[in-house]
Amino acid sequence: MPGVHDRGGWPDDTPIDLTEHEYSDWERRVDAVHQVLGAQGIRTTDEMRRAIESLPPDQYESLSYYEKWTAALEILLIEKGVLTAQEIDAKAAQLREQGL
Amino acid sequence: MTIAAAEPVRFEDGSAVRVRVESPAHHFRTPAYIQGHVGVVDALCGVYPNPESLAHGGDGLPRQPLYRVRLRQTDLWPEYAGNPADTLLVDVYQHWLEAA
Amino acid sequence: MTTTHVEDHVHDQPMSEVALRSVAIEALLAEKGLLTADEVQRQVDLMDRRTPADGAKVVARAWVDPDFKARLLSDTRSALGEMGIRISEDTPHLTVVENTEEVHHLVVCTLCSCYPRMLLGRPPDWYKSLAYRSRAVSDPRGVMAEFGTAVASDMQVDVLDSTADMRYLVLPRRPEGTEGMSEEELARLVTRDSMVGVSEALAP
Repeated sequence: MPGVHDRGGWPDDTPIDLTEHEYSDWERRVDAVHQVLGAQGIRTTDEMRRAIESLPPDQYESLSYYEKWTAALEILLIEKGVLTAQEIDAKAAQLREQGL
Repeated sequence: MTIAAAEPVRFEDGSAVRVRVESPAHHFRTPAYIQGHVGVVDALCGVYPNPESLAHGGDGLPRQPLYRVRLRQTDLWPEYAGNPADTLLVDVYQHWLEAA
Repeated sequence: MTTTHVEDHVHDQPMSEVALRSVAIEALLAEKGLLTADEVQRQVDLMDRRTPADGAKVVARAWVDPDFKARLLSDTRSALGEMGIRISEDTPHLTVVENTEEVHHLVVCTLCSCYPRMLLGRPPDWYKSLAYRSRAVSDPRGVMAEFGTAVASDMQVDVLDSTADMRYLVLPRRPEGTEGMSEEELARLVTRDSMVGVSEALAP
């Protein structure tokens, strides 16, 4: 049974959705944060792929592209001891209060 | 014992190769749909750090030769309806290949 | 700096939970001195500047200059360097594959979303979709039909699944009736989709 990310040849009759969306600010920034951390050697592309593939299959299939990048970033930064889940929770709550 | 920094290149252009059938618990880059199939080496792409090591914080050594392998679509997909000459080209690291 | 960045994000609609977490993570990394908002913005700007127009220029040059085309196919990095397009050593290796009267190429990444970002910018949503990733390898002609592209039955279709350290760009066929056109005019016929291989270059 291939992993959820290993899609080649999976039975899938859904027509390809050709709608394109303009990337929002946060999507472009999380993309950039990954590149910056990569340039600093804090995380590798392969680690990021591994983190994305480790998401529960329902999340892998339902999260948007940059939502998966965000989830992967969180997994890796916690794993490497750079951030804790509590810190991220607290910062997110604080930003919400600031109106985000 | 010193560990070789790079695995020696084992296959030439035109070599017949079979893709190993494996699903290790760690991250890997060999899709399930090509595993067990026989193809022909189209080109040596280069010698690269092993992503299976990089994905888990390793140093990627020894580096692995990476080949572009050509497989027949009619071999991969029993129902394939296109031109019998159609092929699939896929990049596979040497440790996933054996002589066929 | 972080404060300015937060204010940039304040909109009428509250952000989704995941989007909010991404902002939180960036803010924390900045507080810990691991990156700055300016560094991130420079990277955003760099990617924003990369568009399919870059790839189109390269294709148009290859159409008008056979020697350049030969170099582009054999040593992509140095050929791009001639055009002032520098690809740093730490980015994946780019290979250009040529569509001919006999062979048509189509590019996919079945495992994730590998894409020649250095010449086309960020990939479109459909390229990353599960439907494209599953069927581009098993039914490339059906997939191309969804893009309105009919490939002759006697044409050989080669699909490239970029699973590893290589990125692929398709050099589409030069359309008929473009003999007198300038390089600039030709570049306008080269679409992003034609460089992924789901379609042909535009007719003049």
